[in-house]
Amino acid sequence: MTTLTQVMRLRRTRTAAPKVREPFSDRVFMIVVKLMLAILLALVVMPLIYIVASSFSSPAAVNSGQVKFWPVEFSIEAYQSVLTNAEVLRGYYNSLIYAIAGTLISVTLTVAIAYPLSRRTFYGRNVLMTLLIFTMLFSGGLIPTYMVVHDLGMLDTRWALLIPNAIGVWQVIIARTFFANSVPEELYEAAALDGASELRTLRSVVLPLSKPLLAVLALMYTIYQWNTYFDALVYLKDPDLYPLQIVLRNMLLLNTARTGAVDLAQQMHQLQLANVLKYALIVVSSLPVLIIYPFVARHFTKGVMVGAVKG
Amino acid sequence: MGSPSLAPRRSRWGQAQRSWRQHWQLYLLVSVPLAYFVIFKYVPMTFNVIAFKDYSPVLGAWDSPWVGLRNFEQLFNNPVFGTLVTNTLILAFYLLLASFPVPILLALALNEVRNGWFRRTVQMVTYAPYFISTVVVVSITILLLSPRIGLVGDVDILGDPDYFRHVYVWTDVWQTAGYSAVIYLAALSGIDPALHEAAKIDGASRLQRIRNVDLPGIMPTAVIMLILGVGNMMAIGFEKAYLLQNNLNLAQSEIIPTYVYKTGLINADFSMATAVGLFNSVVNLVLLLTVNFVAKRITGNGLWR
Repeated sequence: MTTLTQVMRLRRTRTAAPKVREPFSDRVFMIVVKLMLAILLALVVMPLIYIVASSFSSPAAVNSGQVKFWPVEFSIEAYQSVLTNAEVLRGYYNSLIYAIAGTLISVTLTVAIAYPLSRRTFYGRNVLMTLLIFTMLFSGGLIPTYMVVHDLGMLDTRWALLIPNAIGVWQVIIARTFFANSVPEELYEAAALDGASELRTLRSVVLPLSKPLLAVLALMYTIYQWNTYFDALVYLKDPDLYPLQIVLRNMLLLNTARTGAVDLAQQMHQLQLANVLKYALIVVSSLPVLIIYPFVARHFTKGVMVGAVKG
Repeated sequence: MGSPSLAPRRSRWGQAQRSWRQHWQLYLLVSVPLAYFVIFKYVPMTFNVIAFKDYSPVLGAWDSPWVGLRNFEQLFNNPVFGTLVTNTLILAFYLLLASFPVPILLALALNEVRNGWFRRTVQMVTYAPYFISTVVVVSITILLLSPRIGLVGDVDILGDPDYFRHVYVWTDVWQTAGYSAVIYLAALSGIDPALHEAAKIDGASRLQRIRNVDLPGIMPTAVIMLILGVGNMMAIGFEKAYLLQNNLNLAQSEIIPTYVYKTGLINADFSMATAVGLFNSVVNLVLLLTVNFVAKRITGNGLWR
């Protein structure tokens, strides 16, 4: 009890600390800055609110352009039809597979190259690093890469989405910097004295110390897999393998949402529904990423910062 | 490490051998990712030879007949080519010009606001769009700008080629400014507080401190970001440009990457598409090296040493 009151008192005294009066011009400046940030905040949020508000409105209200930032004639019809749509569900399922498998493959490969690159005992690491960086500056291009994927027989298989873009050079730089900075050289010496092999050292010493890094890498790759559509567009023809983003593109941008309506009134309603469906689809497809985002944002920020420190 | 600089050349080879023997597991570990880079990054670079050939899938990349620079001549004589290059360059420069300063301004402004709910909210919210996929961003844009149900009234913005660049660039800023600002915030938090204290004692206003303490403090980061931005200039674009494209805005929205996709994979003219792609990559590399060179001359910071 006493400690609690002490803490309370401490807190009170801290907030009551004498305030240094800022000059008038600085206070005006701060008001301008905060106003600017508030406007920016509004600009970023407004499109999102508009989408969410529309997704919860009735098809008729959306189609007559009544919805701005608050649902009109509240309705969850769009969500009901999105969540029962076979194409969407299959896309979801496929994307889940790509995200999980892709993340496992990518994180493993990234660690496998970044860890040796971080070790001083690895001969030729500068040459190797230059080789990797060069791929950031100059790339083979779309068609030559397509030819390689084709020659490997990966076209129209799940591998085409998992392998050709498995390793990001940026992620390798982040991981290498992390390993180099967060594992003290003494630990390697200790492990060597205990007779641990390189792989054993990685597994028992380095990786347990690298959980924040693994989280950042996993998140970056998961989001990449969840959000890309280009690889699928180029390498896949079989609709059964389509990830969610391709399904979204077909339904949102090419307007191929099919309606099984018979009579005219029903057709009209289906047509109207097709529009609202888009709003609900946007919300439903972005939800998984936006839900995990607040929990991992701090880690992610750290990862970005590590990457920003020159590799 | 020892003292490698004093050791004769022979022992460097010995050093390598010793490293291989002692740490063979590290080299084993690297082998698979290395194979990945060779197969998916370096082999495609060699396949660029088909830009100088009349590629036939039956003969393969190496046995197809050489045609020298014929593909490039055809490309440069194609009336579309001028439009393509103009569209690509204007879009790329516009994007760079807009997306470079906004994150800096955002970071400087956020840095002035004390840690509290307001700062946290602004940061969290501006960061969030980075996690939304391109397909969704484009869909949001199209819905938002649609004449009947959107928010802008009765103008068909996406059907007008003159608006395409603005839409492309500002939706991009919308999506990435918060994310890029994090890097500058990191740089700002690394500035020695003593510098700010000293400036305060000298009677510097907030604005003066931003100009004389903060800006010089984030300069090296800004230079690196600018160079990387140039490095990405010609590479990005496909995903969004392709999705935002429609027959009405094609006059300004057709850029090199979308053209490569259409000639190469839709019309199956591999050699021509590769020639266009190679042209693009080379222009990009030249731009990058130029900016890196200039930046190093002026500020002393570059991508390497």
